[in-house]
Amino acid sequence: MELKIKTFGAARDMMGGKEVVIKINGTNVCDLRKTLVATYPALADLRSLLIAVNQQYAEDSQQLKETDEIALIPPVSGG
Amino acid sequence: MIEITSNKIDREKVLGAVAHLEGGAICTFIGTVRSKTADKKVLRLEYECYEPMAIQEIQKIIDFAKVKWPVLAVAVSHRVGTLQLGDEAVVLAVSTPHRKESFEACQFMIDTLKQTVPIWKKEIFEGGEEWVSAHP
Repeated sequence: MELKIKTFGAARDMMGGKEVVIKINGTNVCDLRKTLVATYPALADLRSLLIAVNQQYAEDSQQLKETDEIALIPPVSGG
Repeated sequence: MIEITSNKIDREKVLGAVAHLEGGAICTFIGTVRSKTADKKVLRLEYECYEPMAIQEIQKIIDFAKVKWPVLAVAVSHRVGTLQLGDEAVVLAVSTPHRKESFEACQFMIDTLKQTVPIWKKEIFEGGEEWVSAHP
């Protein structure tokens, strides 16, 4: 499955792009996380890395579709 | 009112948005850019935002506050882009019938905003730059 991923903040710097396309083996958020960390090892250094699917924070067990809007959410620091 | 803006925040607009005849208290929080972080001298901050999700997350915080306190109105404006020292990064205002719940709701909302809303700031200081809170 090929997914388009929006990236922000520290994660964007580590991945070198605002939006990246990544091919994953598997179908859920956990599978995506594994592929991301294998492809971009620097992501493992983040204090946390949440994944949002269709603009909502997602659990690791959530199933993904190629049409989903997926975003990586490194530790937030608004305010 | 929820607003993400790359312009200077209009404080009066935020305050005006929470005016309510049943309200006896308006509490506001203003977050500003300070010149020091730990021992480093900050030159400026750069904010970015995942805007459609940020607006939804702020709305969730407001909805939760409305369940917990007798909130009459809330307005939040968060700035993005490059901010200089002293600039206002966020202005949050809440109106309630009495002051106690106003203070409590205001603190809850700004504390939660900092934990859940997808907005990021990078500190540019003398000799380097760093995304705030990104690393352990």
